[in-house]
Amino acid sequence: MSLSLCAILLSSCLGIAAAQSEHSKFKNDALVYAELAKAPQKAVNRHNPLEKDPDAVLAGGKLFDLHCAECHGEMAEGTKKGPSLRVDPVQQATPGTLFWLLTNGVVRRGMPVWSKLPEPQRWQLVSYIKSLTPAKKAVSDTGTSPQ
Amino acid sequence: MRTIPGSFLISWLRCGQRLGSGRWFLSAILVGIVAAVALPLAAQESPYIVTYDHYLEEPGSLEVEYFSTFGTQRGGNDFHAFWAEFEYGATAWWTTEIYLDGQTTFSDSTIFTGFRLENRFRLLRQEHFINPVLYIEYEHTSGADKILKEVEGHDVEADYLDPNAVARQEHDHEIETKLLLSKTFRGWNIAQNTIVTKNVSPGEPWEFGYALGASRPLGLKASIHRCSFCPENFIAGVEMYGGLGDRYSFGLHDTSHYLSPVVAWNLPSDWTLRLAPGFGLNDNSHRFLLRWGVSREFSGFGSAVSRLFGGRK
Repeated sequence: MSLSLCAILLSSCLGIAAAQSEHSKFKNDALVYAELAKAPQKAVNRHNPLEKDPDAVLAGGKLFDLHCAECHGEMAEGTKKGPSLRVDPVQQATPGTLFWLLTNGVVRRGMPVWSKLPEPQRWQLVSYIKSLTPAKKAVSDTGTSPQ
Repeated sequence: MRTIPGSFLISWLRCGQRLGSGRWFLSAILVGIVAAVALPLAAQESPYIVTYDHYLEEPGSLEVEYFSTFGTQRGGNDFHAFWAEFEYGATAWWTTEIYLDGQTTFSDSTIFTGFRLENRFRLLRQEHFINPVLYIEYEHTSGADKILKEVEGHDVEADYLDPNAVARQEHDHEIETKLLLSKTFRGWNIAQNTIVTKNVSPGEPWEFGYALGASRPLGLKASIHRCSFCPENFIAGVEMYGGLGDRYSFGLHDTSHYLSPVVAWNLPSDWTLRLAPGFGLNDNSHRFLLRWGVSREFSGFGSAVSRLFGGRK
């Protein structure tokens, strides 16, 4: 029994350590923004079907608070767990690119897949992200272009 | 059908008394303290109780869950089995869990029946037509375990007839693996689990089982306000699960199978409630299993633990 408890504790500690290690990778935002460039052309060209929906940004903001703010910050300014979404690489990406990234996540860098959110909710999130005011100082030195 | 005597809380308390020490409860309190300083996170949890889809816990988040199963027993006493589940997102591709099981058999006793240590690994980086996840679990349970978290091999209703005092003498050490396949399309999630289990005791055969599930949120678009009764907060579906025999007698004979409608209610207050009345599909199955569960997800749990031990802020 004691051995089993030790195994459980060790497993938990390893898990927490792994999570902390993974979170620290977000210090290098450029690698994360580079994922945008991996979107296939078909996905890049997709249009947001809720583009003209006046409620999409508001609903997307609510979804952002619920699911994204913990890692990306309440104002999407970025935290040590997740990069800013107000920078040029994100704001210049097409809606289809952002939708693709939300759907597939960046699993190796700590962002889970969000395909469990129905498609309309992911488009609402895209509407909200695209509505954000770009940061004054764009992160142009990342050397990546999503398009 | 007999009435359920007492609440699950009484069951837990009795369970604690029988353990003879408060170690489990102290552990639970410690986890609770850490969870209290972590941030709650609104969940979008699936309604399944037996079936797994391919979605893992968000990295650094802890989900604390309580599940309950009331089961009818022909030729014996009905039972109320329950388990606590602590599910932690180690990374975006690895989720680890601990289960603590117990049960009350009416007109008999309440006992702790063992623990399970589970890990799930996402195998592919991106979403595909089918998304596989590898599930590996170690079970240290007694023969009195009745949570029916999965059905495998030749598990049948008659296996649960022994009084607790007899059944708890049997100790099972099992390695359970599952291949979880899942796909979400137009709001629908379809999931299929293949179960392969080996009791590590000598002479025990490999056993097989399955679980199938389909579910969909009642609303696909999010409303603009936080609300409890918005359709997108409810996910409804159905799951079916059962045994497929063992290495020497693969097939459906002497196996039990269940069909269960399932519903989850994801509350904006960060709680998720699940309800799943299950019905036995043949004479080897319990006629009725009423399952329900309550869970809460805490984000930032890993960071909170790290800070507790002097990690970076």
